[in-house]
Amino acid sequence: MELFFNPFDNLLCILLGISFTVWFTLLLVFIIVPAIFGVSFGIRRLYMKTLLKIFEWATLRIERGAKEKNHHLYKPYSNAIIAREPTSLEEEIKEIRRSGSNKDLDSASEFEMSDIFYFARRGVESIMDDEVTKRFSAEELESWNLLTRSNNNFTYISLRLTVLWGLGLLIRYGFLLPLRVTLAFTGVGLLVFLTSVIGLLPNGRMKNFLSEKVHLMCYRICVRALTAIITYHDSENKPKNGGICVANHTSPIDVIILASDGCYAMVGQIHGGLMGVIQRSMVKACPHVWFERSEVKDRHLVAKRLSDHVQDKSKLPILIFPEGTCINNTSVMMFKKGSFEIGATVYPVAIKYDPRFGDAFWNSSKFGMVSYLLRMMSSWAIVCSVWYLPPMSREEGEDAVQFANRVKAAIARQGGLVDLLWDGGLKREKVKDTFKEEQQKLYSKMLRPSWTPLTT
Amino acid sequence: MGSRASTLLREEEIEEIKKETGFSHSQITRLYSRFTSLDKGENGTLSREDFQRIPELAINPLGDRIINAFFPEGEDQVNFRGFMRTLAHFRPIEDNEKNKNPTASEPLNSRSNKLLFAFRLYDLDRDDKISRDELLQVLRMMVGVNISDEQLGSIADRTIQEADTNGDSCISFQEFIKASLVEKLCETCF
Repeated sequence: MELFFNPFDNLLCILLGISFTVWFTLLLVFIIVPAIFGVSFGIRRLYMKTLLKIFEWATLRIERGAKEKNHHLYKPYSNAIIAREPTSLEEEIKEIRRSGSNKDLDSASEFEMSDIFYFARRGVESIMDDEVTKRFSAEELESWNLLTRSNNNFTYISLRLTVLWGLGLLIRYGFLLPLRVTLAFTGVGLLVFLTSVIGLLPNGRMKNFLSEKVHLMCYRICVRALTAIITYHDSENKPKNGGICVANHTSPIDVIILASDGCYAMVGQIHGGLMGVIQRSMVKACPHVWFERSEVKDRHLVAKRLSDHVQDKSKLPILIFPEGTCINNTSVMMFKKGSFEIGATVYPVAIKYDPRFGDAFWNSSKFGMVSYLLRMMSSWAIVCSVWYLPPMSREEGEDAVQFANRVKAAIARQGGLVDLLWDGGLKREKVKDTFKEEQQKLYSKMLRPSWTPLTT
Repeated sequence: MGSRASTLLREEEIEEIKKETGFSHSQITRLYSRFTSLDKGENGTLSREDFQRIPELAINPLGDRIINAFFPEGEDQVNFRGFMRTLAHFRPIEDNEKNKNPTASEPLNSRSNKLLFAFRLYDLDRDDKISRDELLQVLRMMVGVNISDEQLGSIADRTIQEADTNGDSCISFQEFIKASLVEKLCETCF
């Protein structure tokens, strides 16, 4: 009996051993070595093109199926519910009064009972659809990308489509996810280990050179761990030492995307746990700006440390996300003025994700970091475009807020995003009363503009 | 979660809402998606806090009154049917509806129902009259702290004087209609 089992066992071991070796060699050759040298075989782009073709077929299939059953499909953008033209409060109320009254307009510049129609209509319009709350949840897609999480027309699936979806599920969770997790661990592990080793070297050109290489290599491995397919535009505008790089914020992955193409000094709060370990080892190799939790509140301290860093031309450019929170990549919200007061050259960067392959937005009220990363690693891919915009400086007579808005407008224009004045902090906090008071002031000017208002 | 919109709303319900409010199929699914995205507690109803989370509504001077209009007497939660019924007041009157059978029940977005909605924004205690106090309250909400009590009082007095035809110092629904010459108004602005 024993003799019978032995060769079988042996065979199994040999097979396992061979497949492991093959697996690792492939991994090394196709993924890790190119990451070290920064070259690409183009496998990911081929993958992306194939996926797109499959998605188009899937969408057509759903539409055909829905037509056959005479059902309606849910299309988020083709059904606009309100037709809104941008007009001011004064214009609209005058229009309402004009159409309702046969009195001469000038003598009737006092209160009319119909004035409430303006506020009522605006209020109900904002209930039906507003510009702000939809930025804090994932963007809705027009076509289906074979992920259950983004499917709105769930009932209209044919057999072939279900099979395809099942196959997709298998590939994503059975093959891609383990591969990506392995890569992620490799990347992070190497980063921590190598930066600690480099930290032992004396400060000098050799250290900076090695640190740069190590950072780039590890970030590139992480990029492959997410199957991120990134297109960089206008690389001649890449941030230089002594500058500040600002970008719109959609997820923590933004950092990996930018840092795999250039070296930056990160800014942030020191965390505990794994994050903290990574942060502490990174700062050994090159100076990043990490703050203790208590220091974050002190704006002067923060500003001082940042401006000290940019004045030292040997240090890397700082990477900052002035929105302060993750927005869903359809718009750019208010930039906090802190980083624009320092007086350094600002290098704006626009990042736009393609939502068809996987939604990169981190909805922190819904998902923790770990479940977010798992979702990322089980999507098809992360496809995005990065534009390096020409550097900007604060002009004469421009204050920090105006400068911030100018940079924001440039980023929004380049990335094709909506430029909003609303604060991203509205995700969690209530809106300030000053905005309501502005509306009230505008309206009270309409009632007898000759009266001086009580507050200016 | 907006992405599960059309799966949780059954076809029969959509048909019923269509008959009651006159919205189209796609408009109803769109508004249902909106309803679920506002419903943070995910319990199928909206509370006043859910509405106040919309920044553009929170800065509207009449925001609280408008939110009130969605909630029936004394209740704190509104479900999707109630939500749609109130929104239906703001659906524009279409041409094919103008010649409808006069004996059929009045559609929600009829002229007089729109006027009633606006009237109720003033008339908080639902006694079918807008008193001087109620008028002052709404005026105060709209102008904030920018106009003094005396000036506001004289605006209110003047308005009531012009609109009040039966001399009871209050504005009834009929007087309200005449005062704003709102017949033409509803077609242009709602």
